[in-house]
Amino acid sequence: MVAWWDSLSEITRVWILAFGKGTLLLVWGLLNFAIAMMLERKVSAWFQNRVGPWRSGLHGWIQAIPDLMKLWIKEYILPRNVDKPLYVIAPFIGFTMSILVWLIIPIGPNATSTNLDIGIIFIAAITGYDVIMIFMAGWGSNNKYSLLGAMRGAAQMISYEVTLVMSIIGVVMMAGSLRLSDIVEAQAARGPLGWYLFPQIIGFGVYLIASLAELNRAPFDLAEAESELVSGYHTEYTGMRWAAFMLNEYIHLVAWSSLAATLFLGGWVGPTHVDLAAMLGNVVNLFGLYPNGAGNTLLDWAANAQPHWFWLWLWGFFWFSFKTYLFVFLAMWIRWTLPRVRIDQLMDLGWKFLLPVSLGNIFLTGVLRFLAVEYNGVPLNLGFATIRLLGLWTN
Amino acid sequence: MGPQHPSTHGVLRLMVKLDGETVTACDPDVGYLHRCFEKLAEGKTYPQVIPFTDRTDYIGPMLNELCFVEATEKLFGEAITVPERAQYIRVLVSEINRIGSHLLALGSMAMDIGAVTPFLYCWRDKEKIYSLLERVTGTRMLYNYLRVGGVRNDLPEGIIGDPSDGEDKADKTFWGFINYFESYVYPQWVALVTDNRIFQWRTQGVGCLSSADAIAYGASGPVLRGSGVKWDLRKNLPNSIYDRFEFDIPVGKENGDCFDRWLVRQEEMMQSARIVKQALKWLAENPGEIQGKVPRILKPPKGEVYHRIEGARGEIACYVVSDGSPNPYKVKWRSPCFTNLQLMPKLCPGHKIADVVAILGSIDIVLGEVDR
Repeated sequence: MVAWWDSLSEITRVWILAFGKGTLLLVWGLLNFAIAMMLERKVSAWFQNRVGPWRSGLHGWIQAIPDLMKLWIKEYILPRNVDKPLYVIAPFIGFTMSILVWLIIPIGPNATSTNLDIGIIFIAAITGYDVIMIFMAGWGSNNKYSLLGAMRGAAQMISYEVTLVMSIIGVVMMAGSLRLSDIVEAQAARGPLGWYLFPQIIGFGVYLIASLAELNRAPFDLAEAESELVSGYHTEYTGMRWAAFMLNEYIHLVAWSSLAATLFLGGWVGPTHVDLAAMLGNVVNLFGLYPNGAGNTLLDWAANAQPHWFWLWLWGFFWFSFKTYLFVFLAMWIRWTLPRVRIDQLMDLGWKFLLPVSLGNIFLTGVLRFLAVEYNGVPLNLGFATIRLLGLWTN
Repeated sequence: MGPQHPSTHGVLRLMVKLDGETVTACDPDVGYLHRCFEKLAEGKTYPQVIPFTDRTDYIGPMLNELCFVEATEKLFGEAITVPERAQYIRVLVSEINRIGSHLLALGSMAMDIGAVTPFLYCWRDKEKIYSLLERVTGTRMLYNYLRVGGVRNDLPEGIIGDPSDGEDKADKTFWGFINYFESYVYPQWVALVTDNRIFQWRTQGVGCLSSADAIAYGASGPVLRGSGVKWDLRKNLPNSIYDRFEFDIPVGKENGDCFDRWLVRQEEMMQSARIVKQALKWLAENPGEIQGKVPRILKPPKGEVYHRIEGARGEIACYVVSDGSPNPYKVKWRSPCFTNLQLMPKLCPGHKIADVVAILGSIDIVLGEVDR
């Protein structure tokens, strides 16, 4: 196998890898779409005293498949006077871009499709395409609701993109790298309390709000505000073109959630087998009542064990998915609870509140980081550095 | 916007002129649901008109029936007396209906503003009201229950319940529902929607209506009271036996906005619950006749009458002319929604397009009643 691989020419290997990764990403994206969409329908049902889809599969959990099949055989309606190229291409641009976000996200130890060293910049770059998608769809549809939705969407996403990137910069400053796997490992080195959620709590809050706005999800779903603009920019779409918008929405939701998990919750980092053995050992030893009990044997065994890389990967993947879907659930919880804000209130929130706050966060992170590096290289910790800061003043 | 649009609550067309996102003019175009109710009534006998009144405002049908039935009784003058128990039953079902109607008004307004879940909660509770009234009248929505001179049948056994009934009996007894409403539904609405910061952003300062304007435009009901005018026909011009009940009239502030109208509806539900409790106490103790003596064929003496009552959405009134025959010579229906809807061109300009649906929701129209 290895010999065969080495016998291929350089260019063939690149192509094979590219196709393989592309297919995997597509499958991964569709899988996440199916899970997130079903979760959305079930979660909304739980919130609203309903049962939700119930017929296909166990308790309706495979409803996504018949839904997609139905959309597949629907007629593609092309309204009169649409701008045909824009109208047809728009949904698939968004779909492609939402898949591309997954390119750089580490879903487990050493499991990144392309470990770009400019990961964060790459994300900032491809989210810009979403604006183009919305505007192409809205403009191309030749419909008043679509155009209004597109205008709102463009204004909203451009303003919140700024805030979003600013909220991530604090994390980048702390990790000292734009590469996502470096950011995860920087968090892994410092244990659960060192996850950037805690020192970067301000950035985390801003990220949550701004990513909801960037995703066009309630309470910021102005671009497709159902009660005002019918369906906003995708009012005129049918069949798989409409499905592509939905795919885009849910794949993006999961992608942004996984980014939140990666940046703020330590990504695939979970308790290691040594931690688990220590916990279990503590229970077996009855919390120290029998300090030389069987628990210590367990601990010794765990400390010497060398798990196969596959198990380590699976464990990391589990924690990554768990954290990701925690954020997905949070987004759904918010969506089914809150009313929608108005466009001017949205802009005020973005420019007058979130942006200054995230800039302040960058400044604060910079000051604390400077102090931490200057003085004994203590690891940056918000509480500790604040004490040092006060100490400086008293001296 | 419209006639087919997710938030026009029926078939309403709003001609909205926009400058970017800002509304410069708004003109409601009504008439898509016109069903010739007034003309139809001329060919029917008096009892046959009652089911038609149900179908005007189908969210609060009991109140429409009450208006027409009382107008007919007024035509007869002293000839028909309504037994006291029937009066209490009328008040009971009307107020229960008013709670249901306001619940839907709140739910659909919340949905227009973007919160879908409260709308589903509204239906959860409205379903209980439907079940209760189904046991009383036999139908869930269009009751045809009130009769000239009384009501069709007495309350079924056990439906009044016991003041200690809790949530588990909410769809079985009136007491159960009222207790459930006061202890669970009302606090939930306050916590989930009214106290929500985003909801307040969206409704406060939107669609302001001064009390002078409200009176000049002929607004009535929660829209009028939301603008700070203390005018409720149940107090100011009591029909039926409303003068025997204790309740307050919640009012908004001078220059009331959508949020004031919301609060007025929310508080009115509690006041209706108060009335229902008083009626239930009386009904539990006083059995008796439910139908007064009326002729076999209703032929009111020649004359005309204008009768108005406080409906869920405002002042329902009907003008009935009798020529002594079994059919009314003319029926004119004054629908509060139609009059309140006229406020749209006044309230909308200067606001964003998202506010149009909020204002429309706060006016709370039923298109069946607007067009009749």
